[in-house]
Amino acid sequence: MYAIGYHDAGTPASVSTKSVRVEIDGQSLQVPEGTSIMRAASAAGVSVPKLCATDTLKSFGSCRLCLVEIEGRKGYPASCTTQVADGMKIRTQSPKLSELRHGVMELYISDHPLDCVTCPANGHCELQNMAEVCGVTETRYGLAGERHAGLEKDQTNPYFVFDPNMCIACSRCVRACDETQGTLALTMAGRGFESQISASQGQDFIDSECVSCGACVEACPTAALSETTIAVQGQPTRSVATTCAYCGVGCSFKAEIKDGPKGAEVVRMAPNRDGHANHGHACVKGRFAFGYATHPDRVTRPMIRKRISDPWREVSWDEAIGYAAQEFKRIQAEHGKYSVGGITSSRCTNEETFLVQKLVRAAFANNNVDTCARVCHSPTGYGLKHTLGESAGTQEFDSVMQADVIMVIGANPTEGHPVFASQMKRRLRQGAKLIILDPRAIGLVRAPHIEADYHLQLRPGTNVALINALAHVVVTEGLTRDDYITERCEAASYAKWKKFIADPANSPEQTEAATGVPAALVRAAARLYAGADNGAIYYGLGVTEHSQGSTMVMGIANLAMATGNLGRAGVGVSPLRGQNNVQGACDMGSFPHEFSGYRHVSDATVRGLFESAWHVPLESEPGLRIPNMFDAALDGSFRGMYIQGEDLAQSDPNTNHVVAALTALECLVVQDLFLNETAKYAHVFLPGSSFLEKDGTFTNAERRISRVRKAIEPLAGLQDWEVTMKLSKALGYEMNYRHPSEIMDEIARLTPTFTGVSYEKLDRLGSIQWPCNDAAPDGTPTMHVSQFVRGKGKFYVTEYVPTDERTSSRYPLILTTGRVLSQYNVGAQTRRTANNRWHDEDRLEIHPHDAESRGIREGDWTGISSRAGDTVMRATLTERVQPGVVYTTFHFPESGANVVTTDNSDWATNCPEYKVTAVQVALVSQPDTWRARSKAARQRPRVTETQ
Amino acid sequence: MHIDHLVKMTNEIATFFASESTPADAPREVASHLTKFWDPRMRREIIAYGQQGGAGLSDLARSAVKLLVLPAPR
Repeated sequence: MYAIGYHDAGTPASVSTKSVRVEIDGQSLQVPEGTSIMRAASAAGVSVPKLCATDTLKSFGSCRLCLVEIEGRKGYPASCTTQVADGMKIRTQSPKLSELRHGVMELYISDHPLDCVTCPANGHCELQNMAEVCGVTETRYGLAGERHAGLEKDQTNPYFVFDPNMCIACSRCVRACDETQGTLALTMAGRGFESQISASQGQDFIDSECVSCGACVEACPTAALSETTIAVQGQPTRSVATTCAYCGVGCSFKAEIKDGPKGAEVVRMAPNRDGHANHGHACVKGRFAFGYATHPDRVTRPMIRKRISDPWREVSWDEAIGYAAQEFKRIQAEHGKYSVGGITSSRCTNEETFLVQKLVRAAFANNNVDTCARVCHSPTGYGLKHTLGESAGTQEFDSVMQADVIMVIGANPTEGHPVFASQMKRRLRQGAKLIILDPRAIGLVRAPHIEADYHLQLRPGTNVALINALAHVVVTEGLTRDDYITERCEAASYAKWKKFIADPANSPEQTEAATGVPAALVRAAARLYAGADNGAIYYGLGVTEHSQGSTMVMGIANLAMATGNLGRAGVGVSPLRGQNNVQGACDMGSFPHEFSGYRHVSDATVRGLFESAWHVPLESEPGLRIPNMFDAALDGSFRGMYIQGEDLAQSDPNTNHVVAALTALECLVVQDLFLNETAKYAHVFLPGSSFLEKDGTFTNAERRISRVRKAIEPLAGLQDWEVTMKLSKALGYEMNYRHPSEIMDEIARLTPTFTGVSYEKLDRLGSIQWPCNDAAPDGTPTMHVSQFVRGKGKFYVTEYVPTDERTSSRYPLILTTGRVLSQYNVGAQTRRTANNRWHDEDRLEIHPHDAESRGIREGDWTGISSRAGDTVMRATLTERVQPGVVYTTFHFPESGANVVTTDNSDWATNCPEYKVTAVQVALVSQPDTWRARSKAARQRPRVTETQ
Repeated sequence: MHIDHLVKMTNEIATFFASESTPADAPREVASHLTKFWDPRMRREIIAYGQQGGAGLSDLARSAVKLLVLPAPR
């Protein structure tokens, strides 16, 4: 079912720049060459009847309803598969066409249930509409013949139902799975009358290869595939355009709403076909997993307690805010103004993030502010800023459609960034080559119609050795783009780097012992990337979450500069950001050393700008980073913390260390949707608002700023930015914004890369990629086009330094971490949805050889020990991981994946080394004591008093 | 702050600049990094530790720490 109010043009737009003139029903118009007659008619305001056509899929020509007449031509061609030609005269209406369409519709209707009134698609069913358009109210064939009736529904998927009785065999679902999603899980089984949609090999949807993206459901013209929410809640009546709050792709959605006696309810999330990041596609999280927003676990009343061993007490907003402010003021009075700080959230809006850092700098009067990007992409900011001049990816997602060779490093797009992965897979199916650098065989290594040309399956922790080896081949085999380097890069830095990288120590043959990647493969992959017209690099946390994370980012930038792969569409260095607003949180001045726009706090001119705007003197020294805050909490110099929308106790490494630090705080204020793991150590709990309950903006991985619009009222009465304003006022620093648009106006006044951004422009353009200023009033899809932001690109020497985290006889395996499609980050949202049907626990992936030597079988409980701690998980035996390497996710608090990760970190930014932990794995019979403790803590009563 | 942790971090920063910079520039580069990114209380601790001999600091790290300016008391 289409989104409310969507007008479907029938076939995709032509990209031709040439135009032709045609006449449709007497109306003359110009359209791009290659346009279908159906789409041209749509442009003329003429709707040609159709069933199998939709404008997100290639024309198919099966329903025979869109027949037209063309002057001078015989027959009645299908308008969806016939392209316009210059001078063509087309009739879409005639007695003969009406007769043909009437006959076709009679056949469809003769084999379709006539229970429209009770059908979930009633009023939005294209078959119903076409019957009306074609004037078919009854069929000559009666209902006595053989029909597809009484077939069993497939209700195994928690989000949609497949009712084969409603199917008209138009294949739109099959084509959506192929063309839009790229999973190819659906097929049309059988021939003729026996034709029937089949998931995988005749399996139930839940057991099939289907990834529940919902593209098939949206493409279905009837109720053969329909959302369960519509059946339960009824059809939505209005929609609000907003932006997904899951991963860094930042998909645009229409939140479709039904107004009822209990207020507005979101019935479904329909991906926005005009969305610049997603072009109408979605994944199982964004489209379906929004139920957490109204989950019973939501805490909607503020709570306080004096000690963390006390029960929570529900209080008014004023009392909670007043108590928090009083405690922060007391701590600062007793221990100095640097003894408190705050954490901004990559899940909150730019405006909310900006306010939290403003509160810290202006109300706390220090720079102790940090953000969860510290633990994911801070090395991206450092590495790209130093080499290229800007702390952000260089491309827009659409750029991938012009890439000839795609290199994916330490990222798993089909799981972590599924909508972009679908676009990437589309390009790969068109013939682009694929190189993957990953210790694990991720889904892209081999998928339907896709196979990586080279999978460089390195040992965890050897990224820099491998990127150096690739660059060594490029330099020593004369594959560099010398003209590009001469024109665009610093000569001295290039000469130094070239000498370093050409050293035989960096050759594939020499580094093979460390990386485990055969030299011949490295050489072949380097030649492929360097020889491409357009080589594009996409990377994820497998690059950044290492002790040499920043070095690796620099190594990637070196390689791209050396091969001339920066500054145009189809190339670039693109970090795939984990959370929805990681880029935005970084842009907004969330780091302790810089203001918005990545300007250091020691810069007196910049600081003066903020001091003038905020009417308060500001600190010129950097503040504490998150890991430093933990250390300072343990030494007593840091005692109060305001955390908005983050769960440090679950997401940060070395849980035992984190918990000790949180426990040492005198005042911990947590603002969140749920009582998360961190809230166990909090003294004040301030209810948060979900993305459906507020206005603001998110900035995705391609620097695209998109609007978040309020669809329902905040469950706790306040949006997050309003709570921060109240806290700031109570601390003595008043903020008076009436709407987040005023916060964005302030951001634009203070941030050179945001000068041209406003809500009015966002509404007008749909989205904006920063920089957006006088030089680029509509934004910047591709960065570094004529020159690098820093002027000349700078090469950095990137010597490989093995991590301190080494295997030993006691800890002989390397644990690395990642994520799965159905769960998100620490799982606070997705664990409270039916997504648990696909993944309801974190499992340890272990190679069968390593499992056999330990007596571990599929599903066995295993104990995982590291130098930091111990936990238990059940085992999955798989060859996705190489011998010597084990892997897990961190979505469930009870698995305690971060109990075992260490506090090793990136040398430049302190980003934790999540990806390399030396462990031992052993068969165990029962969960360990840590898990028992954790479970007991979760079961503590949370509220005994209410106001 | 755990001084062992500060020493480890300083050494890791020094390791990067040992190869990236010239021997003459490296101490200044390391000191600049510490000044740009470390909270004053961390710098004060590593300076004090350096003045006590700086056991465990690499030669480059020790040289860099000597270049650090003691942050103003606060």
